[in-house]
Amino acid sequence: MDLNLKATELRLGLPGSDEPAEQLQSSSSHVKNNKRSCSEIDGSCQKQESGAPAQKAQVVGWPPVRSYRKNVMEQQKKPESDGSGFVKVSMDGAPYLRKIDLKLYKNYFDLLKALENLFKCTIGVYSEREGYNGSEYAPTYEDKDGDWMLVGDVPWDMFITSCKRLRIMKGSEAKGLGCL
Amino acid sequence: MAYSFPEEVLEHVFSFLSSDKDRNSVSLVCKSWYEIERWCRRRIFVGNCYAVSPGIVIRRFPEVRAVEMKGKPHFADFNLVPEGWGGYVYPWIAAMSAAYPLLEEIKLKRMVVTDECLELISKSFKNFKVLVLSSCEGFTTDGLASIAANCRHLRELDLRESEVEDLSGHWLSHFPDNCTSLVSLNMSCLGSEVSFSALERLVARSPNLRTLRLNRAVPLEKLANLIRRAPQLVELGTGAYSAEIRSDILLNLTEAFSACKQLKGLSGFWDVVPAYLPAMYSVCSGITSLNLSYATIQSFDLVKLVTQCRNLQRLWVLDYIEDSGLEALASSCKDLQELRVFPSDPFGAEPNVSLTEQGLVSVSKGCPKLQSVLYFCRQMSNAALISIAKNRPKMVRFRLCIIEPRAPDYLTLEPLDAGFGAIVENCKELRRLSLSGLLTDRVFKYIGTHAKKLEMLSIAFAGDSDLGLHHVLSGCESLRKLEIRDCPFGDKALLANAAKLETMRSLWMSSCSVSYGACKLLGQKMPRLNVEVIDERGPPDSRPDSCPVERLYVYRTVAGRRIDMPGFVWTMDDEDSGLRFS
Repeated sequence: MDLNLKATELRLGLPGSDEPAEQLQSSSSHVKNNKRSCSEIDGSCQKQESGAPAQKAQVVGWPPVRSYRKNVMEQQKKPESDGSGFVKVSMDGAPYLRKIDLKLYKNYFDLLKALENLFKCTIGVYSEREGYNGSEYAPTYEDKDGDWMLVGDVPWDMFITSCKRLRIMKGSEAKGLGCL
Repeated sequence: MAYSFPEEVLEHVFSFLSSDKDRNSVSLVCKSWYEIERWCRRRIFVGNCYAVSPGIVIRRFPEVRAVEMKGKPHFADFNLVPEGWGGYVYPWIAAMSAAYPLLEEIKLKRMVVTDECLELISKSFKNFKVLVLSSCEGFTTDGLASIAANCRHLRELDLRESEVEDLSGHWLSHFPDNCTSLVSLNMSCLGSEVSFSALERLVARSPNLRTLRLNRAVPLEKLANLIRRAPQLVELGTGAYSAEIRSDILLNLTEAFSACKQLKGLSGFWDVVPAYLPAMYSVCSGITSLNLSYATIQSFDLVKLVTQCRNLQRLWVLDYIEDSGLEALASSCKDLQELRVFPSDPFGAEPNVSLTEQGLVSVSKGCPKLQSVLYFCRQMSNAALISIAKNRPKMVRFRLCIIEPRAPDYLTLEPLDAGFGAIVENCKELRRLSLSGLLTDRVFKYIGTHAKKLEMLSIAFAGDSDLGLHHVLSGCESLRKLEIRDCPFGDKALLANAAKLETMRSLWMSSCSVSYGACKLLGQKMPRLNVEVIDERGPPDSRPDSCPVERLYVYRTVAGRRIDMPGFVWTMDDEDSGLRFS
């Protein structure tokens, strides 16, 4: 009797196929919102590699989560939650990243002062029209949707729930963010 | 001297029988009871739309008022059934439009419904009242517009989890001004914004509205005004639960909620801003059903809310609740019957939250009425499963999904056979079971031996050999639906238990070891089964008989082979076997 061992071999993927497991398609639908994002304003603005957490090769239909739910979760990816509100902060040119706890700050003013202290730099004052134009650095953050946004546009409470990580961009690169 | 009751009396007696099982029993008593019963059956349930044909149903039951039907196999929910497989409801609607002019209710699950169908429904049934489309697809908001415009007595429009092509939100405005009959509206699956003023006016003129499930696009700032117009609501699904933090919005919302004295169920909660959760606190003590499965908020916010719902019976939540949150749930919600914990990051390599088997153990210890569980987690132990089994012998539905396939007991590295064995041995009322983790043929021996009331079993990445499948098919007396993926089950067990398949609704096997030859044999042996091979690699004939098929779907039917199969589905029956006798 043909034992057909190949078919019972423990592997991911459909029998009869020797390709590696298929990647599930990620959602392409996005919730409409009114945010201004740097990629909309100026094509030259570079999206930082956000280094998404390691994903395993995905098996079709496993774990058994329905597409609608998968899509919604993709859109609502939570900020790093080790229960404390810590997010990574990178600064262009700095050799290593830092981490700060957003929960410790009450408003943007406090946060920016803390960042200036941490990296020994000047960030300047935010204005809706100019962004941080005129200052050496501009603070940006990655939100739940994976977009890179200028710090200061949205109300503080909304910012701390949607901020996944911070990046302090050099003024010259940030030019695109400032001009609307 | 024998005499019988007049027909009208029997008919009146039968009218008290609502269960299909009872009505079917009544039909078997004698010919005259069969006749009387069939003329007065008003509700029919067709568990598999291909098990019977519209013609057969209509011929037997001429006076039906409510139809409930299911189409695609359950694994279609997880993309295991290719697009275009089938489940078309059109032939049914077309036949019923002629035969059942008085039809009032249509409830469909996992079926393909087109705009044409919806228009036909809206124009054919003058008394149409209830349309429930659960996990359906194939229609657009234009179809909804027909329903809204033409069904003058519409009571329920429920689109739960259907995939609707959202052309615009304009469909809602098609409800005429004199439509005041609405009792239930569920549009939570839709993406587009509907005209808010049209929605407001619809709610305001529907005094019987009990269930309102909004879609994500309805902003939180407007929710208060809507709720104010329907303080009699029993079930509410919010839209996106986020807004700028403003005290006037919070106050408005709090007041609106406090006027809803009948509220028992809450859902929605996309994009939750925790600051707005306290608006609901006044209704928490009455809440029995809470769906927070889209609420990406942390454990402490979830706990604050959930522990106020002392009468909670059903909770759907994300794993952000963590073990600590589930422990709090177990202490506060002693009436809990159903718990579903969904994964927030199902494809992440590492756990992102502190949710383990402990959470489920706590709930099983603390909630004496717990009978229905769906739990996604990343580690499990036999000890935990044994504990759960001993704590809750009245468990009815137990679905465990350990995210990593074939994950062993994380403490002992053994298979989880003993744990699931304890579940089936202790929980004698168990009707539904989903397995996961590392499992050998032994677990199937336990299941075959003990799970005598089990009706639905889902198996993935489990077992060692055909013996596993054989234990299940030969032992589970009440089995109706069996779905299997990626298991080393093959021809022997299937062919040895062919007769069993006629006692079940359906069997699904994908990525297993069933050969084309065995499928053909099964199809020949069992004329009352449809044995369908689903294979996207091309005709199974082009490969050797010993080659395993990609997917197999077997179901009993009195309607013969399907006539609407797509190119990648083949029916195995006498016509193909080449064994014709002249």
